[in-house]
Amino acid sequence: MGKTEEEIVSAMGERYDVMLHVYMEGIEEETRSVSGLTGGEGYRLMKYEEKHSGGLYPRAAARAMGIANVNASMGRIVAAPTAGSCGILPATLISLAEQHHKGKEEVVNCLFTASFIGEAIAENASLSGAEGGCQAECGSAAAMAAGAGVELCGGTPGQAADAAAFALEAVMGLVCDPVAGLVECPCIKRNAFGTVQALLAIDMALAGIKSIIPADEVITAMGEVGRSIPESLRETARGGIAATPTGKKIAERLTKSSDPHFPS
Amino acid sequence: MNAFDIIGPVMIGPSSSHTAGAVRIGNVARNIFGKQPDKAEIRLYNSFSGTGRGHGTDKALIAGILGYAPDDGRIANAYEEAKRLGMKPVVRFLGEYPSFHVNTAELLLQKGKEKMRITGKSVGGGRIVITRIGEYETEYTGDYPCLMTVHRDIPGVVSEVTGYLAGMKVNIAFMRLYRTQKGSRVLMMVETDNPIPFEIEGLLSSRPYIEKAAILRGM
Repeated sequence: MGKTEEEIVSAMGERYDVMLHVYMEGIEEETRSVSGLTGGEGYRLMKYEEKHSGGLYPRAAARAMGIANVNASMGRIVAAPTAGSCGILPATLISLAEQHHKGKEEVVNCLFTASFIGEAIAENASLSGAEGGCQAECGSAAAMAAGAGVELCGGTPGQAADAAAFALEAVMGLVCDPVAGLVECPCIKRNAFGTVQALLAIDMALAGIKSIIPADEVITAMGEVGRSIPESLRETARGGIAATPTGKKIAERLTKSSDPHFPS
Repeated sequence: MNAFDIIGPVMIGPSSSHTAGAVRIGNVARNIFGKQPDKAEIRLYNSFSGTGRGHGTDKALIAGILGYAPDDGRIANAYEEAKRLGMKPVVRFLGEYPSFHVNTAELLLQKGKEKMRITGKSVGGGRIVITRIGEYETEYTGDYPCLMTVHRDIPGVVSEVTGYLAGMKVNIAFMRLYRTQKGSRVLMMVETDNPIPFEIEGLLSSRPYIEKAAILRGM
């Protein structure tokens, strides 16, 4: 693209700034989503965590849901790799950076590692829920966060690849089944689980646990599993929790409220 | 794919196809129409109709027509912004329409007596295709700068237009002509790698057989 290294790092720095802003914003108050179906999950978990000092995991999970809440309420986010999974990477990396007193420059470097993992998944599997289910969105985000997080904590490239493999293996086959077709339920909570998976994968890799299957093979397997997931479980809102009696009732209610509408 | 396709785009949520892509359809339609309409009727089909309200697709399209970028914080207040800027939006959620793509929006833009129908589909990851401009069925992504002409279907117009571009050292990336019948009017879309100098609009518009010439910015 003819850009200098400095320009590229500075462009990633701008994305980091947006991520940091949403990271702070997400737990400030109980925002409501546009549909009214969700809101305040991140805020509530953070309030609870402050009382009970559960530590890094619930704190990071609260941040991830807070970011996903901002997304659902039409706030400004960075897709990483998608809008539906936008909470996992920033929540994991910035929470770790706070814990280990790392600065912007170090996190921005790790964002490049995350993007390389994402590119490898895009090339060899998929990053789209409509193509590969939730494993391709929240799973990929968790793999990106896990690999980048290992680097942030001073691990080796081999450990980063192992952590990415752990995170993807944990959700192998996870379907995309959004209630009413909206990026809210279960997506917001899956951002929290994806973050905790990434953090645990980082700890496991740093503890010296090795991935038995190499990361690139795990990625290819994820792509193959994605292709065998039926269409009803790939973002069409026709299967999984979207097709439960309650899920269908919610969908009916929300579709009704979007009957022909003529604002003055 | 590059690093910023994976970590990005920066956008207003919640959905790259139903929100960011919808803003882009509005942006490109506004560019094609060439000005802010007084009235914009927005017709949503299929998934855009069923889940459009919950994804803010209506607001995204209105903000796009107003010229706001996909990461503009004012998208959530698009109805208020339209009112402030003097554009009247009318949104219709029209349900299933199987011959259209799953995420389709039809825009009827009007300023004074001038009207134009533009149809777009959002194909994932914020990418879009404009599938109809007025009477012509098109395939235009809005990614590149584009010289758009409507001219009489006679020999020599294409070579005249491309001759001007060659003289201005503008390289053509893609080029398509669309017409509804032989010998009538032609819509030509010339997508280029370089920005297109503004003089060409005036040069071409002065030709009697060229009804309209407009430069669309790439996104």
